[in-house]
Amino acid sequence: MNDNVFPLGKEELLKAYHTMKTIREFEERLHVDFGRGEIPGFVHLYAGEEAAATGIIMHLDDQDRIASTHRGHGHCIAKGVDIGEMMGEIYGKTTGACRGKGGSMHIADLSKGMMGANGILGAGSPLACGAALAAKTLGHKGIGMSFTGDGASNQGTFLESLNLAAIWNLPMVFVVENNGYAESTSVDYATAVDSYADRAAGFGVPGVIVDGTDFFAVYEAAGEVIRRAREGGGPSLLECKMVRFFGHFEGDAQTYRGEGENEYNRENNDCLKLFRARVTEAGVVDGGELDAIDSEVLAAIDKAVEEAVAAPLPGAADLTTDVYVKY
Amino acid sequence: MARNLSMKDAINEALDQEMSRDPTVIVMGEDIVGGSGSPGEDDAWGGVLGVTKGLYAKHGDRLMDTPLSESAYIGAAVGASTCGLRPVAELMFLDFMGVCFDQIFNQAAKFRYMFGGKAETPVTIRAMVGAGFRAAAQHSQMLTPLFTHIPGLKVVCPSNAYDAKGLLIQSIRDNDPVIFCEHKALYASETDVPEESYTVPFGEANIVREGSDATIVGYGLMVHRASEAAETLAGEGIQCEIVDLRTLSPIDTDSVVESVENTGRLVCVDEANPRCSIAADIAATVSQQAFSSLKAAPQMVTAPHTPVPFSPALEDLYIPSAEAIADAVRKTMAP
Repeated sequence: MNDNVFPLGKEELLKAYHTMKTIREFEERLHVDFGRGEIPGFVHLYAGEEAAATGIIMHLDDQDRIASTHRGHGHCIAKGVDIGEMMGEIYGKTTGACRGKGGSMHIADLSKGMMGANGILGAGSPLACGAALAAKTLGHKGIGMSFTGDGASNQGTFLESLNLAAIWNLPMVFVVENNGYAESTSVDYATAVDSYADRAAGFGVPGVIVDGTDFFAVYEAAGEVIRRAREGGGPSLLECKMVRFFGHFEGDAQTYRGEGENEYNRENNDCLKLFRARVTEAGVVDGGELDAIDSEVLAAIDKAVEEAVAAPLPGAADLTTDVYVKY
Repeated sequence: MARNLSMKDAINEALDQEMSRDPTVIVMGEDIVGGSGSPGEDDAWGGVLGVTKGLYAKHGDRLMDTPLSESAYIGAAVGASTCGLRPVAELMFLDFMGVCFDQIFNQAAKFRYMFGGKAETPVTIRAMVGAGFRAAAQHSQMLTPLFTHIPGLKVVCPSNAYDAKGLLIQSIRDNDPVIFCEHKALYASETDVPEESYTVPFGEANIVREGSDATIVGYGLMVHRASEAAETLAGEGIQCEIVDLRTLSPIDTDSVVESVENTGRLVCVDEANPRCSIAADIAATVSQQAFSSLKAAPQMVTAPHTPVPFSPALEDLYIPSAEAIADAVRKTMAP
């Protein structure tokens, strides 16, 4: 094995791969099971974007709060939400992270600093500013972080929150996950500027663009803006340019895509393949070690699905509970 | 010890006492300090009508002026409430809910349920409600029914200074999101208010006048209009019982039903527009639960199904009057 040229130790590299692979296989499995009609409702898959959630959230701990999006499974897994509880939630079972009351779009685990996926695009930015305000007021070193897609980054909530975080100097990071499509609408059509990072200057905060398929680039850029937030330097905007392997939701025929676009991305812009090539070619990690993680992850996901399928559905008594703390 | 205090001062005192008691209570809103960053006085306004005046001097940066970004700061208050703070966010006029409603009804109201009972959202949103200030259609509405419709929210609307202080302290200590509605026409009205801290529980109506002939149910300014009507009617030999709901979610229908079981007659008064109003809700509930006690059809006295008009001549016609309430009671008394 060669000397480690990466900013993370081998254990951390393996951990990063494990997280990315877990997200990938979680989503690939949902894609299959949804197609078989086994999942109620609808799901938005994060596959293809794993390097962003993983490279960013590796810098955070449970005290740091993230507000996620409708495409939130990747953020949940990277933030440490249990995949068994996630799968239970997606199947609408009592064992789910939200006891079956939230579903795919509302998975949350406040104990892990995961404030919730969100069905309302752009709604997470003000909420994460609140988390940042709480950290500042209570005097701990936690930060707030919101994820928005390229679509939701045109919401007033996102732009207002940038201003609020800037004037209050909040420990806050705004991550823009730019996968090129707001549902079916191209970023080139829906967004007036070439890059979201350019908008940051309008709020007097740093804006950084990074290749979201490159785990190492994301890890480094995120480390910088998170350190800045934690040390009292105020908010930043981090734009990750990335690719979405699946449609907006499962069942999306994706006729708005270019010919061969998905195949090209799978071949050339797969963050997991890129990661594997980097660490093995550098001689820091052996391919066999990654293969072992692959098997481990697949087994864990099989187990999560089996348990979710077997778990009990909520009953009539659950319908009216959990509306208020006390009413 | 109690002294005579205006509702405005009672609200100020409740905020002051809770901020002193609990360091996690913060207060934010547009101009609630007033003058932040300006060359003149900090704390220049203390709120657009001066309700928070003087608190900045005592509590400093735990009072925060906000930019005119209701979605961002109401959302930040909601988010902060899930992270260990008890924010009190002032929306100035409840009419401004249109700008930030998502953060209230899709976020704050739903966290507990959506997250399977694992979230607490102890945020209080204060806002002025009600007509009578010649402020026209976008600064005068009684939008309480829009909030009572939403599971997960609590809705409060005091009619007097004593209740305002106790209900606001309860709101701040409460672990669910509360919409606290302050009728601007009542800010100057005075009652005896104890100096010490106290709470008024949610879901307990107040019988402000006892009577055996008809029950008048209302909240906020309408309690005062009902009292005027009751005085007039007493002169005609009609004794009215007045139920001040105080909180609209939870709502004390038991007290209303009990009163109607005694009087047999019901007049529901609401400054809100009539369709799907609190008045309609009460009338429906009583019809269902106490039908056999009713001697006459329940009556509703509400604002008309129009926006709030500007011209004083029209606005005075818009707000339910004591005369209209008295007429409605007389209608229930007709053989």
